[in-house]
Amino acid sequence: MTQDAPRHPGLNLGRHHPEAHAENEKLMFGFWVFLMSDLILFGIVFATYASLTNPMGQAGGPTPRDVFSLTSAAMQTAILLLSSFTFGLASLALKYRQPSLRAWLAVTLLLGLAFLGLELRDLVQMVADGAVPQRSGWLSAFWVLVPLHGLHVAAGCLWLAVMLVQVTLFGLTTQVSTRLARLSLFWHFLDVVWIGVFSVVYLGGLA
Amino acid sequence: MTLETGRKELRLYVIGFALAATLTAVPFAVVASGTVPRDVSGWVIALCALLQAMVHFRYFLHIDFSRQKREDLQLVLFSVLLLAIMAGGTIWVLANLSARMMP
Amino acid sequence: MYIALAFVMMARAIAEAAVMRLQQALALDGGFLSEAHYAELFSTHGTIMIFFVAMPFVTGLINIVVPLQIGARDVSFPLLNSISLALTAVGAALMMVSLVIGDFSTGGWTGYPPYTGIVFSPGEGPDYWIWAITLSSVGTTLTGINFAVTIYKERAPGMSFMRMPMFTWTALCSAILMIFALPPITAACVMLALDRYLDFHFFTSDLGGNMMNFANLFWLFGHPEVYLLILPAFGVFSEVIATFSGKRLYGYASLVAATMCIAVLSFTVWVHHFFTMGGSPYLNAVFGAATMTIAIPTGVKIYDWMATMYRGRIRLTVPMVYALGFMMLFVIGGLTGIQLANPTISYQVHNTLFLVAHFHNMLVPGVLFGMLAGYTYWFPKVFGFRLEDRWGYVAAYGWILGFMLVFFPLYVVGLLGMTRRTYDYTTAAFQPWMIVSAVGAGVVLFAFAALVIQLVRSIQGRSALADTTGDPWDGRSLEWSIPSPPPAWNFAVLPEVKDRDDFTRQKEGGAAWNPAAQYDDVELPRNRAVGVIVFLTGTLLGFALVWHVWWMAAAMLAMIVALVIWIGFQGISTETVSAARVYSVDCDFLARKRAALGKSAASGVNTVDPVGRARA
Repeated sequence: MTQDAPRHPGLNLGRHHPEAHAENEKLMFGFWVFLMSDLILFGIVFATYASLTNPMGQAGGPTPRDVFSLTSAAMQTAILLLSSFTFGLASLALKYRQPSLRAWLAVTLLLGLAFLGLELRDLVQMVADGAVPQRSGWLSAFWVLVPLHGLHVAAGCLWLAVMLVQVTLFGLTTQVSTRLARLSLFWHFLDVVWIGVFSVVYLGGLA
Repeated sequence: MTLETGRKELRLYVIGFALAATLTAVPFAVVASGTVPRDVSGWVIALCALLQAMVHFRYFLHIDFSRQKREDLQLVLFSVLLLAIMAGGTIWVLANLSARMMP
Repeated sequence: MYIALAFVMMARAIAEAAVMRLQQALALDGGFLSEAHYAELFSTHGTIMIFFVAMPFVTGLINIVVPLQIGARDVSFPLLNSISLALTAVGAALMMVSLVIGDFSTGGWTGYPPYTGIVFSPGEGPDYWIWAITLSSVGTTLTGINFAVTIYKERAPGMSFMRMPMFTWTALCSAILMIFALPPITAACVMLALDRYLDFHFFTSDLGGNMMNFANLFWLFGHPEVYLLILPAFGVFSEVIATFSGKRLYGYASLVAATMCIAVLSFTVWVHHFFTMGGSPYLNAVFGAATMTIAIPTGVKIYDWMATMYRGRIRLTVPMVYALGFMMLFVIGGLTGIQLANPTISYQVHNTLFLVAHFHNMLVPGVLFGMLAGYTYWFPKVFGFRLEDRWGYVAAYGWILGFMLVFFPLYVVGLLGMTRRTYDYTTAAFQPWMIVSAVGAGVVLFAFAALVIQLVRSIQGRSALADTTGDPWDGRSLEWSIPSPPPAWNFAVLPEVKDRDDFTRQKEGGAAWNPAAQYDDVELPRNRAVGVIVFLTGTLLGFALVWHVWWMAAAMLAMIVALVIWIGFQGISTETVSAARVYSVDCDFLARKRAALGKSAASGVNTVDPVGRARA
């Protein structure tokens, strides 16, 4: 196997990071396993949400049509998808050790924050409209599912900020590179979960 | 060589992004138009979501059928199987219950 | 560490069980306990036994044995390992705190709402239950990840999957179950907490909540959980039976397949815990049939073990006594399980002591005997001396007898219609059976005391029981090829594996205990205080949440986030052991080994002499 052959899914660091490339295999596999466990967690919450999305679960309270905005959902989706793409560009910059790495990471961070801002605005609006989790089983499920994803994104943003500091302080050491590789998995994974959120919650609710 | 593979990889990201954007836009358009019957739009949404998830795994998370990734592919497929059992089972069990509780 | 924790918690839970049996023996028209006290007892007994005895015991055994069996220096992520242990200890600590400060839940180990909801249980009890389980379940998920990666990525050169020892296989399946089965309980507990703390409506009976979803989520976790516990026990028995029959394990491939089958099937049967929910007959039939299917791979295993023993040279050691007791009693438990898998029968005996007898019949001879057998079997490897035999036999036979006396009467009264979790009853016909059962509880208590005496006497007589060869039982897998206790680096040189029972192959080929051609430096992780910090912050966090001390909870959460970031800024700290040091320790061991072998051959003492025996 040549050195450039990919050893695992996700970002492969390749010949520019010989040590990190080998070390990474174990870490990446472990992180994949963690993500799959997380996937099950999301699946459970999705299933709960689905089972409460009916008149019985809504208990005479607001329904999706009363509280969701398709425009806002579309904007959030677009921002998150774009951030996935910019993280992809950051990954390439990391792999080929290009100076644009920090710029792309910063752009991704800003997009993540923008996404969180929009989501927060929607949630505040819902509270103002009386669509609080205490109102019905369906709203309880919504308030766990969407903020759970939001919390993950917030954690990802914090991680991104820390990594920006570390790249500046330490440069691209083995540890920093492997962490960036795992962060990229995390970020892309959150975007996959978001596909479920906008399909089930927003599109499913408004169709 | 480095530059060339780099460009090739960049192209893969662009393709992935374009596909994902299309697969997002279609169901949003379907719902926004409001003219498509509900059961049809449901299928469109589900199909697009499934395809888009696959696109993300292929182009952003780099999972494919090559040998080195076999273990991780198995892991993902196994997880999806369990996810289907657990989430699908939950929905089935609770739907069954609520159907029988209807007055 | 895990196992010490398990023993402490076991002492408490067994005492509770004995009190409960005594209560029921005297409980015709009221015993000596109040209703609430009795309810607290069965809740803590169940919660402790599953989450803080069985789980840490299994995890601890896997932690010690798997790296040795696959020829690795350590688990993949040692730091993560100490964090998982800390989180498990947090849960146990919360259980213990509840003994002194406030009351524990009265909702049983399953904690079903709406009873555990805020309306019916306004006190702090269910909160203790929720946070003890949530925090330890996060730890268990991380443990599972660690084990899975270890087994996938750290195997010695040449050890393909089909050359892994059986215990490692079952550990892998357990790890998979930990990874995928724990998220539902974490989710369910957090949802229940939101219901209680913030007035959400997941499981309430008003405003669209659905309490059956809790049962559904709980058993989505709960059923894989029991297989998570039993599979490593199967693994222990596979090792024990093969070693003490002096034969290669029969039907290795079928055992591997059976283990995998059980692991996957365990995710498809959870509804059998609530057949009486009112689902359609079709739904119940599907899950009933799936449940019965599990009997097939389990039966395969029993036959494989019998075939391993067939025409073997059986040594009736203490672990082997546990194994034999297990095989006989477990089949009875399995048969009652198949009866219960039939929804129509399940409707009849639902929530009776028949069910209680059934699952104890699986968990005591299965998990507990397995863990005790493993404890006796691997004790010399970890501490360098064997456990004393006489009190070991007393404990083993005491457990078997005591178990039968306690639980067989419960089958009878269960069929007579006595419900579980009752602190008193009015049917005089139950009482004789209850008295037998209480006597049995006394025997079990005695058996546990025998375990303690055995440990004390073994420590006192440790020089006579010392294991200088590293191979006290004529073992078959790699862990017996290294000194007891193993050095911090486990293997002086990572072994090259060529066979399923690789150590037996080495001994038979005369290749065991030869010095290696070349020794290298070994890198080891440094000890770090992170685990202790996580334990302290986690315990305070749980305590703050139970008692609604919000500033403390927020401070602890912030501290955990800060800790994670702080770790990120530390380098990986390792220390290097020089090749010369590894070499000298290995030479020492080999010299002692040769001396021990020579002495036993000269004096003709009937000790196990693996090399001589293999050559004969």
